[in-house]
Amino acid sequence: MTRDLSALFDPRGIIVTGVSNHPGKFGFVCLHNLLAAGYRGEIFPVGREPGEVLGRSVLGSIDEVPVGRADMLFICTPPPLNEHLLRAAAAKGVKAAFIAAAGYREAGPDGIDAEQSLVAVADELQVVMAGPNGQGVVSTPSSMCAQIVAPYAPAGNIAVVSQSGNFVSSLLNMAHLSGVGISRAVSAGNAAQLGVADYLEWFAQDPETAVSLVYMESVDDGRAMFERLRAISGTQPIVVVKGGASTAGARAAASHTGALATDDAVFDGMSRQAGLIRARDLEEGFEAAATLATQPLPTGNRVVVVTTVGGWGVAAVDAMAGTLLDPIPLPENLKAEINELLPPRWSKNNPIDMAGGETRDTVPRILEMVAGHSEVDAVLFLGLGIQSNIAAMMRDGPFFPDHGLERIVNFHETQDARYAEAAAAIAERTNTPVLVATELTNTRPETSGPATMRAAGRMCHASAARAIRSLDLMVRHARWRQARGIHRLEPGA
Amino acid sequence: MTPWQPHPPNVLANKAATSQIERPCGWSLRCWLRRGGTHSICSRRDEPSDARGIPNTVSVTLSEAESRRLVSEHGVVVSGFVTGETTETILDALKTDKSVTYPLVVKLCGRQIAHKSERGLLRLQINDQQSLQSACDELLAAAKPSDGNVELLVSSMVKGNRELICGLHNDPQFGLVVMLGVGGVLAEAIRDVAFRLAPITETDAAEMIADLGAQRLLGEFRGEPALRRRDLIDVLMALCSLGAAHPEVHSVDLNPLIIVDGRPVAVDALVELTQ
Repeated sequence: MTRDLSALFDPRGIIVTGVSNHPGKFGFVCLHNLLAAGYRGEIFPVGREPGEVLGRSVLGSIDEVPVGRADMLFICTPPPLNEHLLRAAAAKGVKAAFIAAAGYREAGPDGIDAEQSLVAVADELQVVMAGPNGQGVVSTPSSMCAQIVAPYAPAGNIAVVSQSGNFVSSLLNMAHLSGVGISRAVSAGNAAQLGVADYLEWFAQDPETAVSLVYMESVDDGRAMFERLRAISGTQPIVVVKGGASTAGARAAASHTGALATDDAVFDGMSRQAGLIRARDLEEGFEAAATLATQPLPTGNRVVVVTTVGGWGVAAVDAMAGTLLDPIPLPENLKAEINELLPPRWSKNNPIDMAGGETRDTVPRILEMVAGHSEVDAVLFLGLGIQSNIAAMMRDGPFFPDHGLERIVNFHETQDARYAEAAAAIAERTNTPVLVATELTNTRPETSGPATMRAAGRMCHASAARAIRSLDLMVRHARWRQARGIHRLEPGA
Repeated sequence: MTPWQPHPPNVLANKAATSQIERPCGWSLRCWLRRGGTHSICSRRDEPSDARGIPNTVSVTLSEAESRRLVSEHGVVVSGFVTGETTETILDALKTDKSVTYPLVVKLCGRQIAHKSERGLLRLQINDQQSLQSACDELLAAAKPSDGNVELLVSSMVKGNRELICGLHNDPQFGLVVMLGVGGVLAEAIRDVAFRLAPITETDAAEMIADLGAQRLLGEFRGEPALRRRDLIDVLMALCSLGAAHPEVHSVDLNPLIIVDGRPVAVDALVELTQ
């Protein structure tokens, strides 16, 4: 049964323990981050020294918190205090706790005992408990940043659970960079009571979440985890990044099958069987999740590349080798339609290279024709950025805004913004993914193409190869669903 | 048949725990072995610890003949074979069993002989009775006292350009897993393999085949017809059925599984049991 984690992710009030005036202490940092992100509920800072911290009066003990006003407890005090804090908080109506404190299982035999004892207390009190030894929890629907680290994140539909706290920060940074936002993010820490599957089950029924992204290193009960994740996959896509898979190599086994059953090979097979979307690294994992969160799931593998210049398209088709994706020959009726719009020098095949023949409205019209064609399952658009690039050079040069430069710069910038908007609108209208890639995402993120994508909360990949990797993972997942008769997902939440 | 139950994943990491698991089908497999008229003495050996220091469980390796009978009982197609403890019994068996035809392969097998080719305990391309007789005599003479009970296994020599490997393995994290790979005896060098957790559905099995990198090897190849994927799915399902019926199975190798006229045929089988 799914555990109710609503008090952890959407608490109406939070008790923060260990709050002091020292800005280097975790209690201070957590209070700071909650206030800075504009947490919507009430905050009850508790510390040893009464007084004010960040303009909030600090309570001397949890006993002073009014009953029923806080349902979450954030603990960053040392282990000997924490069972008592948990009991005192539960008496005030707390239903969830995040234990940032270290000194538990990771600290040796005494820590293991302390951790087991803490779990027993939480179970007895019927408190759901994240951590210990975690970095915190973020939840954008509640504007909550209960973390001893940074950053907060833009709001969106990706939920994150990580067995490494630092990777939560990395993923939140990627959310900032891309503009594709986060619904919930939690550092599982030692996962003493709540494990990865508990979070994923809750995310699967969370209306704010469209896709989950998990970083995991250890698997405790592989068989049970497999069964639970396979059940979730049918409801919500799960992107998995596995760390440490390469360290355990082949075992000494009498059988050939045993010798081939490396941890990585078995984990990979398990992932495919459960419909998990396994990414090679964190960056690829984030991009796959960001694409899944913002694009419809493709119904097949037929891809058409739309570009304004030659080389990008050639490289994109090359990058499809060894993937499930098929850069199909252009259907004849589509070719005829495009002939009407472009001068004869266009490529007349896939990739569609407009060869500079486009005018003001050509790009959106061609994108719409291609994405709307019944034999096309996904579109990759590589036309963004050329005009932003020219505009940036003119804007930064010595002649701006004279000599007619202001007008042309505005035109170029508006065009790239229109292309970005068109890619999003067409994907939604045609229910066909339209992925966009340009290196300006990294090199000139402020230019209008990538900036418009980011402002709309949509993934703009930094290269065609990376867009193709995300699309390949999506197609694999779509096939898994189709083979099992599971209805296609609707984009976003 | 007892319903399939998931294996406790940490059981194999812990000898003490192993003795406490209930093995409802263990008895039935012993009965099966007895019914098959095979050796009644169980040979035990301790395997070395694995790379991570996890001690492996004490196990028994069935002879090739026992392994072949067990896998074929669950639906795996194995090349036709007869067994016998003497050259004469082999010749008699071949007279009655017309499914085993020349050219033949002769092997010396027993529970202590897991790797026959490394010790030269097999003879290929036996084309007539005279060569068969001398091959049988030579192999029996090559047996060492440490080999324990041995017997001759004579099978039809099947031919195909393509070799696969299929198997089961009890994984310490995920329990029983089923594998399909390319390359037969070269599989460990090629490492083009797909795993799933047993039991699998036919959809899972079809996806395992699709996972293999060497898809061109599975189509029409050098004048041979394409692999009949349906038949390979049946092999994978048969292995899972074997694993479900016998929780004491630690591993199974069908290696190689030769594609003959598009159909997968196991020409060697090795079953390892957890005691």
